[in-house]
Amino acid sequence: MNASLLALQALNGLQYGMILFLVAAGLTLVFGVMDFINLAHGVQFTLGAYLTASFVARFDNFALGLAAGLAAALALGVLLEIAVFRILTRRSHLEQVLGTFGVILVVTDALRLVYGPAPRSLRMPEALSGAIPLMDGLMYPLWRLAIIAAGLVVALALWLLVAKTRVGMLVRAGSTDRETVSALGVDIERLFVLVFVFGALLAAFAGAMAGPLLSIEPTMGDNVLILAFVVIVIGGIGSIRGAFVAALLIGLVDTLGRAFATDVLKLVLSNATASAAGPAIASMLIYVLMALVLVARPAGLFGGNGPS
Amino acid sequence: MIEAAAFRQDEPLRRPLRAAALVLVALAAAILVAWAMGNAWWLSFLARVAITATAALSLSCLIGQAGLVSFGHAAQVGLGAYVALIAGEYGIADLTLLAPLAFVVVALWSAVTAALALRTRGVYFIMLTLAFAQMAYFIMQSLSRFGGDDGMALARRATLFGAPVLKTDLGLALAALALLAAALIGFVWMTETRYGLVLRAAKENESRALASGFRVFRFQLYAYALAGGVAALAGVLLANQAEFVSPSYMNWHRSGELIVMVVLGGATSLPGAVIGAAVVLIIEEALGHWTEFWKLGLGLVIVAAVLLRGADLSALFGRARR
Repeated sequence: MNASLLALQALNGLQYGMILFLVAAGLTLVFGVMDFINLAHGVQFTLGAYLTASFVARFDNFALGLAAGLAAALALGVLLEIAVFRILTRRSHLEQVLGTFGVILVVTDALRLVYGPAPRSLRMPEALSGAIPLMDGLMYPLWRLAIIAAGLVVALALWLLVAKTRVGMLVRAGSTDRETVSALGVDIERLFVLVFVFGALLAAFAGAMAGPLLSIEPTMGDNVLILAFVVIVIGGIGSIRGAFVAALLIGLVDTLGRAFATDVLKLVLSNATASAAGPAIASMLIYVLMALVLVARPAGLFGGNGPS
Repeated sequence: MIEAAAFRQDEPLRRPLRAAALVLVALAAAILVAWAMGNAWWLSFLARVAITATAALSLSCLIGQAGLVSFGHAAQVGLGAYVALIAGEYGIADLTLLAPLAFVVVALWSAVTAALALRTRGVYFIMLTLAFAQMAYFIMQSLSRFGGDDGMALARRATLFGAPVLKTDLGLALAALALLAAALIGFVWMTETRYGLVLRAAKENESRALASGFRVFRFQLYAYALAGGVAALAGVLLANQAEFVSPSYMNWHRSGELIVMVVLGGATSLPGAVIGAAVVLIIEEALGHWTEFWKLGLGLVIVAAVLLRGADLSALFGRARR
């Protein structure tokens, strides 16, 4: 375990955390403003990856393909919002879980139907496919750096939007006290559509950015969805700042855990035991973290004060 | 019981008991017909219905009676299956020992996780139950000695007092029916005891139940442990039917499907959970027969069922609201 390996894994963790943040940001805003649990948020991630992959293949140009893919994913998201989610926002959490779970089943199998069961791949743009030296003995892929940069830009933009603009103010007010905001004459439904569209776009963008690093298959959103929920629950539901901090925390803990858990265990356990227990402990780490945070602070790290 | 009688309203136990009896008799009749016609596929399908219904029933007790929306109930079923697998590897395959073992182990796991999860409410509770289920999933996935990710075949089917009662399809179906009957009648009876009333009272208005002097936390903890134990028994039978156990039993999709069964059957009705389980399995089989994309159809049914229902359900799940 040397310094450059540690730096490499830390950067990987950061990059993973950024992807999680992009997905979790929309989820936490939608939940904060509308009290709506959207299990189908992961579907946007999958759609973003699939559609971008197929448009990039068609246009043979990444930027063009990305734009078309995001637009198509967004259109499908809006369609789902109008047909299903709008009605579900007025229902109980149990029905929301159920209805959006149904949407996952439908979209997952629809994707399998359209694109076939074989995983697809997404080519990253030529210019960003190389690696650059960051320090001695550490070449780091440009694409992952681009993901980190994109995540930071989005986080900054989101913070400005939520903290400094009128819409952001309404979002903050809406998640603190929906009834009062709506009584003051704000069209909360329209606000919700806006927040939803924005969140769906971010999730699709995350899917498109992560696409070149993953194999693109219909269930790829499931895993990300569960982790995004872990993120927003740790961060405190409705809080963008919480989502950012928790996403980076989860990204780092998960990546470093997977990379080093076995080695760390070998210091105290026999080699065989450590090799057996290491991967299990690494996969459980984030859930243990979540349980610990919730036991200590039942409303999450930044929860309880509305978005901040 | 005298106290319970004082709490009781006029028309209590009889209707759900009648519905329960009807459901059980229908399932028993179906099993006998399948057996008489010598149709092995139907027999094993009906056994699967009874097993799944038992799992859904225990979840219905949590969601409909206690207002605790668990999104990790499949883990309890899967852990029961793993107890059967692991105990079988060590030569314990008699139900007299295996069933109490599975019940106690999983009830303990449920109690420990519930003690933590019950500190939170609403969506945080839902997510914590999911987190604990994922933990169980990854623990079992890492047990390479017991199949790891791929799963492992059961050493042999369980016996009862040394007799191989689960050996035949009929024996297994009848055992599953017996378990379902015991669980259904037990849970229905429980809802009318003082214990069940306190659970429902806490679901409707927790602060009021607390103010009335009930230790709500303890009531809910026991309910969670009991439901986990019953789900584990279903898991033992599931392992015996498939003669195979793998972590995929604990996949969160399975937990989602259990919630679907409970809600489709009407969340506050215990016999409804049995009907919900049967309906979902029949949809799966019917669509699966016809197309490999059966989940598309099941998803559409779920979405339609949720959307077409009136908004009045929300009152019933006050606890799930923030």
